[in-house]
Amino acid sequence: MNTATTTSDEQQQEHHDHKPKGIMRWLLTTNHKDIGSLYLMFSFLMFLIGGAMAMIIRAELYQPGLQIVEPNFFNQMTTVHGLIMVFGAVMPAFTGLANWMIPMMIGAPDMALPRLNNWSFWILPMAFTILLSSLFMEGGGPNFGWTFYAPLSTTYAPDSTALFVFAIHIMGISSILGAINVVVTIINMRAPGMTYMKMPLFVWTWLITAFLLIAVMPVLAATVTMVLTDKYFGTSFFAAAGGGDPVLFQHIFWFFGHPEVYIMILPSFGIISAIIPAFSRKKLFGYSSMVYATASIALLSFLVWAHHMFTTGMPVAAELFFMYCTMLISVPTGVKVFNWVATMWRGSLTFETPMLFAIAFIVLFTIGGFSGLMLAITPADFQYHDTYFVVAHFHYVLVTGAIFSIMAAAYYWLPKWTGYMYDERLGKIHFWASVISVNVLFFPMHFLGLAGMPRRVPDYALQFADFNQLVSLGGFAFGLSQLIFLVVVIKCARGGEKAPAKPWEGAEGLEWEMPSPAPYHSHTTPPEIK
Amino acid sequence: MTEQTKVAQKNKRLIVKLGSAIVVMFCFGFALVPLYDVLCEVTGLNGRTIARSDTASSLIDESRTVRLQFTTSVAPGMPWQFKPMVKYVDVHPGENEVVKFKALNPTGQRVVGQAVPSVSPGLGGLYLNKTECFCFDQQALNSGESVEMGLVFFISKDIPEELKTLTLSYTLFNVTETAGAGIINIPAQRQTLAANIY
Amino acid sequence: MQKIIMISAALGTAVFASSVLGKSSINLTQGVTDISQRVYDLHMTILIICAVIGVVVFGAMFYVILNHRKSKGAQAAQFHESTKVEILWTIIPFFILIGMAIPATSTLIEMEDNSQADITIKVTGSQWKWHYQYFDHDFGFYSLLSTPQDQINNISKKTENYLLEVDKPLVIPINKKVRFLITADDVIHAWWVPAFAVKQDANPGFINEAWTRVNEPGIYRGQCAELCGKDHGFMPIVVRALPQAEYDAWLKGQLNEVAQAQQAEQQALASTMTMEESMVLGEEVYVARCAMCHQVGGEGIPGAFPKIKDSPIALGDVALHIDIVKNGKAATAMQAFASQLTAKELAAVITYERNAWGNDTGDVVQVTDVKEAK
Repeated sequence: MNTATTTSDEQQQEHHDHKPKGIMRWLLTTNHKDIGSLYLMFSFLMFLIGGAMAMIIRAELYQPGLQIVEPNFFNQMTTVHGLIMVFGAVMPAFTGLANWMIPMMIGAPDMALPRLNNWSFWILPMAFTILLSSLFMEGGGPNFGWTFYAPLSTTYAPDSTALFVFAIHIMGISSILGAINVVVTIINMRAPGMTYMKMPLFVWTWLITAFLLIAVMPVLAATVTMVLTDKYFGTSFFAAAGGGDPVLFQHIFWFFGHPEVYIMILPSFGIISAIIPAFSRKKLFGYSSMVYATASIALLSFLVWAHHMFTTGMPVAAELFFMYCTMLISVPTGVKVFNWVATMWRGSLTFETPMLFAIAFIVLFTIGGFSGLMLAITPADFQYHDTYFVVAHFHYVLVTGAIFSIMAAAYYWLPKWTGYMYDERLGKIHFWASVISVNVLFFPMHFLGLAGMPRRVPDYALQFADFNQLVSLGGFAFGLSQLIFLVVVIKCARGGEKAPAKPWEGAEGLEWEMPSPAPYHSHTTPPEIK
Repeated sequence: MTEQTKVAQKNKRLIVKLGSAIVVMFCFGFALVPLYDVLCEVTGLNGRTIARSDTASSLIDESRTVRLQFTTSVAPGMPWQFKPMVKYVDVHPGENEVVKFKALNPTGQRVVGQAVPSVSPGLGGLYLNKTECFCFDQQALNSGESVEMGLVFFISKDIPEELKTLTLSYTLFNVTETAGAGIINIPAQRQTLAANIY
Repeated sequence: MQKIIMISAALGTAVFASSVLGKSSINLTQGVTDISQRVYDLHMTILIICAVIGVVVFGAMFYVILNHRKSKGAQAAQFHESTKVEILWTIIPFFILIGMAIPATSTLIEMEDNSQADITIKVTGSQWKWHYQYFDHDFGFYSLLSTPQDQINNISKKTENYLLEVDKPLVIPINKKVRFLITADDVIHAWWVPAFAVKQDANPGFINEAWTRVNEPGIYRGQCAELCGKDHGFMPIVVRALPQAEYDAWLKGQLNEVAQAQQAEQQALASTMTMEESMVLGEEVYVARCAMCHQVGGEGIPGAFPKIKDSPIALGDVALHIDIVKNGKAATAMQAFASQLTAKELAAVITYERNAWGNDTGDVVQVTDVKEAK
C-alpha cells in the first residue's frame, strides 16, 4: 500500500515542476504544507517580537523606580505583548501545525478549502502591521491591557483604538475561516476507514478547538464592535451615563475570553498525546477517555467566564456557581494528566528533545493548573485577583504549557517537514536552558502576587525588589534561549543527517508511513486504514 | 469527477451550517446586551435595575424596618452640586415614603443632567420599588437655579429578613450635549438660592 | 548527568530559598481580621492539597523516568486502557473538590454579609487617587500618593514605604464593623487592602460594598488592583486603624479642621493675591495635581493630554479656563477640581497656567473670580 501511494505521489510531483518559485510561490500557494510553514514562520517571528516587548517590560521592572520607559508606554508594552502572544504567536502556531498535520493524519490530500486557507493566512500579517503601526501614532498604541476593559478602552483610550479594533476584527476573521476549514476537512475528508475513534488525538483536539473558535470568535467581534461604537459613535453599551454598564463589557468579553484560553491549550493536549506514546513505545492510555475529557473541558469552558470577575460585585449565588463550575474543570483535566502518566508507566522511555519538552509540559502545566484551582476558590481569589499570582498562573499554562507543546511538536515533526534530523545536542541545550530559565522567570511571580504586588504596574514597593530582579534575569535568559531554537530550525531546514520515514521508533500515525520530507502532495490516493 | 463533486457538495452544506453558526454567535454577542438587562432585573445582579411601580396598596409590615441609605456622586464634567436632604430613612416594608434630593447649577449656562441609580446589595434592587423618581427623566437647570427633586418609593413586603440595610446611590452625569426629548423642567419648584447647597 | 543536574537544582533551590526568604515574603498575609485569617487558612489548605497531589503525580513520573527507560533495558508493556482506573481517578478528585468547596462556601457567605455595620465609608476611585467620605459625618478628603517624584525618577534614595505612602490616610476604629461603599469617577479601579482581605472593583456609576472588622491597631497598606491608566501603580491605599478613643479624638480634630478650612475660605474671599504669591502656590499645586497629565513643562502628551503652554484656553477667555479647571470636561479624562482644591489653590494654579512657560498673559486670578465664575 505504501509503495503504491508513494509512486502516485511522485508522479504528482513531476506534474508540478512548473509551480511558481520564490515570492509568488508563497503568496499564491494553496498547499497545506506551504501554508502550514507560513503560519509557523509567522508565529515564530511574532513570538520574537512579543518577546522583545516582554524584555522591555522586565528591563523596566528589574529595579524599583522608573528607569527605561514611561508608564504610558509600559502599559502599551504589556497590552501589545499580550495581544501578540495570544493572537500572533500561540494561535497561528497551532493553526500552522493543524495545516501541516491534519490532512496527513487523516489520509486527505489537502485541506477542504485550499484558497480560503491562503487568505486566512495572508490577512494575518496585514492585521499585525496595523496593530504594530498604531504604536507609532500620536497618543500611542493600545494601553488598556489585552483584555481592554471599558471605559478605559472607550472614553479614556487613545485615538489608535480604531486601528486596534480593526486589527482584532481581521485576526478574528482569520481564525474563524481557519476553523471552518479544519471542521470541514476533518468531517468530510477522512480517508475511508478513518473513523472518528481512530483519529489521532491531535485531530480530535483540533476538531473540538475549531468548534470553540466558531462559537466564540464572533462574540469577540461583537465586543470589539461595541467598543468602537461606544468610543466613536456615541453608543452607551458600557457607559453608565447613557444607561450602560462597564461590567457588561466584562461579561461579554470573558464569555469569549474563557473559551479562548481553552482554544489555546486543547491542541497542546493533542500534541502531548502523540509524543508521550511515541517515546514510551506504548499506546496512549485511555484513548476514549481522552476524547471525552477534551469534549467535557470544552463544554464546561462556556460556564465559567465570571471567575475572572469575582471582585466586580456579583451576588453570592453567582459567585458560588462560577466557583463550583471552575473547580469542576480540574476533573477532566486531571484525567488527562493521569492518562499521560499511565502511558509512560511501564513503557520503554527514551528522552529525545520532543520527549523532554513533553515531560516538562506535563509537570509545569500541572503546576499552572494548581494555581488555577487556587484562583477558582472565590474568597482566596479576592487576595490573588489582579496580582502577580495570576500572571504566574497564566504564564505557566501558556508558556510552559502551550509554547512548550508547540516546541515539542516542532522537534517531533521537523524531520518529516524538512527531511533532515535537527541537531539533537543543540535541541537538548535549548531545552535545558529554556526549562531552567522559564522557572526562574515565572515561579517567583507566585510569591510576588501572594506578597501583594499588583499586576500591570511599571514600578513597585521595595519589598518586591529582590524577586523582581530574579524574575527579570530569568526573563533575559529565557529570551536568549529562544535564539538557540531559531538556530536549530534554520540549521535543520538547510540540511543535516537525512531523516528516515519514521525517525522515532515508537511513533504511530499515517504521517510516519510516508517519506521524509513528506511529498509536496501526499495521499493523492486515499491510503488504506488498518 | 463525480466523487469530487460529491465531496464538494458535502463541503458546501457543512460550510453553510458553520457559517450560520458564526452569524448566530455574532448576533448572540449583541443579544447579550438586552439579555444582561433581563438577567439584572430577574436576579438583581449589579444593583442596576430597580422596579418602577404604582404606590403601594394595603398592608404595611409593621414588625420590622429596613434602612435605606442615600449617597450621591457627581461625575466629572457635571458642574452641579447634588445631595440628598436626608442621609437615610427607616421604613416598614410596604410603606410609601418620599425623599427629596437637592441640586444646584452654579454655572453660567443651562445644563441638563441625568441621574443614574445603583443599589447595594444588588439583590436589594429586586425589592425597591420607585413610584416617582427624578432619575426617570433628564433634568434641566438654568444658570444659578436649584431644585428639590423627589423620590417616591416603597420596599416590597417580601424583602428577605436578612436584608436590613440598603444603600441607594445616584451618580449625576452631564448630558447637555446629547440631551434628548425626555427633559422635565420643574418651574414651580425652582429657586435661586445661595451659591452653595452643601 | 541526570544526577548532577538534580543535585545542583536542589542545592540551587535551597540557596535561593534561604537567601530570599529572609528578605522577601513568599506567602499570603494572615492579615489582621477574622476574615483575612480564614482566607489565609483556606489558601493554605488548597495549597497543601495541591502540593500533595503534585508530589504523588510527579513522584510517579520521576519513578517512571528513572526506572522504565529503554537504556535500563525496560520493555514496554501492552496495556492501554482500564475503565475501573478511569472511574477511580475521576471520582476521587471530585470528592477532594467537594472537601475544598465546603469551607470556601461558608467563608464566602460571611465575607459577603455587609449588614449591621457600625460605620460606613464611601470610597471613590479616580485617576489616580482615592477619596474617602465619612458617611455619618458629612466630611471627606482625597488621599494621594506622597512619594516624591525624585524618588521615582531615581534622583533621591527611596524611603521605606516607597509607593505605599499617602498624604492623608484613611482612619478607622478597630473592633468595629466598617462598611465600605465603593465607586469610581472615571474608569474602573479596585480598592484592595491585603491585611483585611478586602478587594472590590470601583465601577463608575455603580456602587459595590465590602466590610471589615480590624482586630489590631496599626497601619495597613494596599494598592489599586485594576488597570486604570498610566498611574495605576501610583495610587496606593493607606489605612490607620486606631483604638476607639483615639479614633474619636481624631474625628473630632478633623471636623474642627473642616470648620476652620471653611472659615479660611471666607477670609480668602476678602484677600487679594499678588502675581508672585500666585505663581509660587500655583506651581506647587500644578506639580502635585496637574503635571501627571499635562507634564511639568505644560507640553502635555500629544494625542493623550492637551498642552497648556501656548494653548488657546490658557491664553484666551479666563472664564472658560476657570470653568474647565473647576468643572472638568465630560467624556474626557479632565476631572473637576472644584471639590479637590480650595478656591485659593484654584485661583493660584490658573494664574500659574496663564503665566508660566512663556504664556505671560499677565492675568492674576483672584479667589472671588473663582467663586463667582459662572
